[in-house]
Amino acid sequence: MAQPLVKKDDDQEDEEYSPFLGIEKGAVLQEARVFNDPQLDARRCSQVITKLLYLLNQGETFTKVEATEVFFAVTKLFQSKDTGLRRMVYLMIKEISPSADEVIIVTSSLMKDMNSKTDMYRANAIRVLCRITDGTLLTQIERYLKQAIVDKNPVVASAALVSGIHLLQTNPEIVKRWTNEVQEAIQSRAALVQFHALALLHQIRQSDRLAVSKLVTSLTKGSVRSPLAQCLLIRYTSQVIRDSSMNSQTGERPLSDYLEACLRHKADMVIVEAARAITEFSGVTSRELTPAITVLQLFLSSSKPVLRFAAVRTLNKVAMTHPLAVTNCNIDMESLISDQNRSIATLAITTLLKTGNESSVDRLMKQISNFMSDIADEFKIVVVDAIRSLCLKFPLKHRSLMNFLSNILREEGGFEYKKAIIDSIVILIRDIPEAKETGLFQLCEFIEDCEFTYLSTQVLHFLGNEGPKTSDPSKYIRYIYNRVILENATVRAAAVSTLAKFGSIVESLKPRIFVLLRRCLFDSDDEVRDRATLYLNTLGWDGSVGEIDKGVKEFLFGALDVPLVNLEASLRSYEPSEEPFDLSAVPKEVKSQPLTEKKAPSKKPPSFGVSANGPTSPIDAYEKLLSSIPEFSSFGQLFKSSAPVELTEAETEYAVNVVKHIFSGHIVFQYNCTNTIPEQLLENVVVIVDASDAEEFAEVTSKPLKTLPYDSPGQTFVAFKKPDGLPSTGRFSNLLKFIVKEVDPATGEAEEEGVEDEYQLEDLEVVAADYMLRVSVLNFKNAWESMGPDYERIDEYGLGVRESLAEAVTAVINILGMQPCEGTDVVPNNARSHTCLLSGVFIGNVKVLVRLSFGIDGPKQVAMKLAVRSEDEAISDAIHEIVANG
Amino acid sequence: MRGFGRELSRVWSAVPKASFVRYLTMRTVVDPPVSLSLVSFTEEPYPSFKNILLLDSEGKRVAVKYYADDWPTQAAKLAFEKSVFTKTQKTNARTEAEIAMFDGYIVVYKFIQDLHFFVTGGDNENELILSTVLQGFFDAVGLILRNNVDKRTALENLDLILLCLDEIIDGGIILETEASVIAGKTTSDSLDGMSSLSEQTISQALATAREHLARSLLK
Repeated sequence: MAQPLVKKDDDQEDEEYSPFLGIEKGAVLQEARVFNDPQLDARRCSQVITKLLYLLNQGETFTKVEATEVFFAVTKLFQSKDTGLRRMVYLMIKEISPSADEVIIVTSSLMKDMNSKTDMYRANAIRVLCRITDGTLLTQIERYLKQAIVDKNPVVASAALVSGIHLLQTNPEIVKRWTNEVQEAIQSRAALVQFHALALLHQIRQSDRLAVSKLVTSLTKGSVRSPLAQCLLIRYTSQVIRDSSMNSQTGERPLSDYLEACLRHKADMVIVEAARAITEFSGVTSRELTPAITVLQLFLSSSKPVLRFAAVRTLNKVAMTHPLAVTNCNIDMESLISDQNRSIATLAITTLLKTGNESSVDRLMKQISNFMSDIADEFKIVVVDAIRSLCLKFPLKHRSLMNFLSNILREEGGFEYKKAIIDSIVILIRDIPEAKETGLFQLCEFIEDCEFTYLSTQVLHFLGNEGPKTSDPSKYIRYIYNRVILENATVRAAAVSTLAKFGSIVESLKPRIFVLLRRCLFDSDDEVRDRATLYLNTLGWDGSVGEIDKGVKEFLFGALDVPLVNLEASLRSYEPSEEPFDLSAVPKEVKSQPLTEKKAPSKKPPSFGVSANGPTSPIDAYEKLLSSIPEFSSFGQLFKSSAPVELTEAETEYAVNVVKHIFSGHIVFQYNCTNTIPEQLLENVVVIVDASDAEEFAEVTSKPLKTLPYDSPGQTFVAFKKPDGLPSTGRFSNLLKFIVKEVDPATGEAEEEGVEDEYQLEDLEVVAADYMLRVSVLNFKNAWESMGPDYERIDEYGLGVRESLAEAVTAVINILGMQPCEGTDVVPNNARSHTCLLSGVFIGNVKVLVRLSFGIDGPKQVAMKLAVRSEDEAISDAIHEIVANG
Repeated sequence: MRGFGRELSRVWSAVPKASFVRYLTMRTVVDPPVSLSLVSFTEEPYPSFKNILLLDSEGKRVAVKYYADDWPTQAAKLAFEKSVFTKTQKTNARTEAEIAMFDGYIVVYKFIQDLHFFVTGGDNENELILSTVLQGFFDAVGLILRNNVDKRTALENLDLILLCLDEIIDGGIILETEASVIAGKTTSDSLDGMSSLSEQTISQALATAREHLARSLLK
């Protein structure tokens, strides 16, 4: 029944011919009985094992019983002296991976082979035994393994060393005892033995930095032969460099000479490994980068795709942090756009998008368009992201870039890809006003044929916010109403809301919107009908409300400026009665819970697709709050609101924090007060501010808080006049004054008579940083250069002894209150020097850029060089004053 | 999820379940493009390999070996092979080894006749090391099959192919990359393994030495 394995029928030349044609597990298992024959036919047995392995390789599985049977049968084959068969037996045992109690059957046979005179037996028996063994058995064979590591046959030594690397995961304490032998093996003349020994020794010592450092230092002096071992050594070297600190005097990294020498190695793999290690130095300098980039550039025109790929991938990564260093390669990179290999082409494109300049944008876009259609979605997303950042970098090019985005939006693509495009368009609309109308139009086109509900609703919501503010809002209505006719309930509901927004904001469209909304009243979906009804009534379609009630409009279409938690709490405590629920009674201030929560922009749901650097929403909420108070409406545009500053200790009777609102000629303190005593009701709450230490400020008005019930935050305000447009500073002492009324905890009724009382708060300071708005710039270098050195002020400061460089950097950033750019606020561990780029807008709308260079020496003395550029000489000086006084 | 305004909080609850599930599955299937992830290139303490695949011209298995748990089930393995095969099928990887990157892996590959050779590594692996292993495997198979490399011969000598795989990588770690040595270790089917091994090694070493010389000259 068993057909001969190797069938040499020449007349059966059809293409589907396979020696395993019609193979069946049951039959092969039957055949395996030949393993039990007293007279073993080695050739036949080999064939049967091959068939079994073929089955396993094709994904066939053996049941527990079958596996056990095969295993026991195979163990019989150790009787045969045939080397070929023995090799197959080893393979089979590894493939079956017998259970612990079965292992014992083969242990003695394998141990015998481990001590065989045949090197091939020794090497393979070690590998099999180590694969299937457990800890207890390992101690028995440990002696042999140690011998094997220093065996003169490299195959045996490698087998033992590789097994050691595997065993280190499960039995580290045993393998660690082999250190001496492994160390001896590192000196081996055989290339791979050295490689394996180095890998194992490093693994054994990886937690001991000093030992790794010693190992690396001794080996870099030049006893490593094979390219593979050289690659390992490069990895370990860069690890040592990462862990050790840079020498501050010379700016040299230890061992960097070795890595640079590796760039001239004859093996490509070593060169690539070294070039990568160098490009990944933290805070790598251009002097260090240059030689690495040069060798990679040569590889870009290699005939080998693998080499081109390795080079372009590394350069792509470098371009993210050091775009200028890569620009030299741009010509070679451009020729790679047409590379047959799409992975290489994509990497080349995205690199060019990062390093390219304004003039090359159009040419690049043309080249990309040709190739977008034949790459995978995941690559397309990479390209889209790169294009978005390019557009933000060169806003003037928005037309061609937006065009490109809209073209690819029309093509086929998966959800993630479409989402990436939509997000990009939205961000561009937000950041580049000129791109708004075309962008919105593209979005409208998109939802006409969008299979993703999620994206449709997002776009509709965004249209509702942005569409009414355009020059001709009416042209969007058709697209939106089409959704009501054509889409599923979720999209329909979103479209209804969007229509209503147009209706509420654009008076001229209102009658037409009413017509459309009335049609929605007959929708089959509850949500859609409910929304239509709600909007029709609030917009006053029946003429009952002449002028739309401002509050209603705010509530429906404005941002919800009430923290959801507070709203929820208020709704819970609301009892059904004649009196309607009053939204304005919901406390607007976030409860003085953990400080971090307060900073979260929970006051208003963040707008569509806001990226991390988008305008922070609390400011908008503050602005709305302040403009609603008539006393402050004459102060003009709000320049900045600070983060809340606590004026009381945590857990005190009254919790008060303050937000400083800066206007050009005024400052308003918003005191957020919380009463934490259930038995008290506070009335006429005011803060008496003593500004005698703040000469330039004069109190103009204050707004007391009428009542402050238990656990329900309220605000009181005090406003000061200050010299217009100047960064006046000062110190204010605060006293909380109020009338206390006892509350009966049983009834919740407050007593008629109250007692006047006061409560000392901590002092409040207005510092220069309060006048600085954190505004990031997209490209610091460009901004810096376009600002010019006319009003540049440079000076050096000693910052004294600091815990670390990072701490000093953070401190200076906080003093200045500016926005760190390009991630330079992060100081790499153990860095000895650091450059930090800051940008901001100072009061009076003066742009300020700061370049800070820090250095730290042995006894933690930190020195700093401060270079300021701004549009105003006086401001540049003022920044220095801030630092000098800070 | 970044917030998308008040609209979305309502919409989320109203999204039909099917589309939500579709969204979730898409999240899991579509890995972020790895080429730009910020993982360090040199994270692994030693080069490690995910798998070696030898497929035929229809993407069916001839011999495969997996070293990592990245594909826990048979179905996952087959899906990976299918995706590797279809994504590389149209490329010309007959003269030089080609390279591709997808799903967070780097795959180097080379084709000859109706056989497709693949070596897969993690996305931060040195591509040149991967291709050295691929070249070792490719050349060793050529030596074993005496330059008669096609699917049929490979299947007829499957035992040798499997042994060859076993000699190249052990549990994801490189064991040997020199084709002549790999081939020498596998084709010891005569009675006395050692003598024939050394003999073959010498003659084959000469053959590969010539080949290597030719390759380096062409570079």
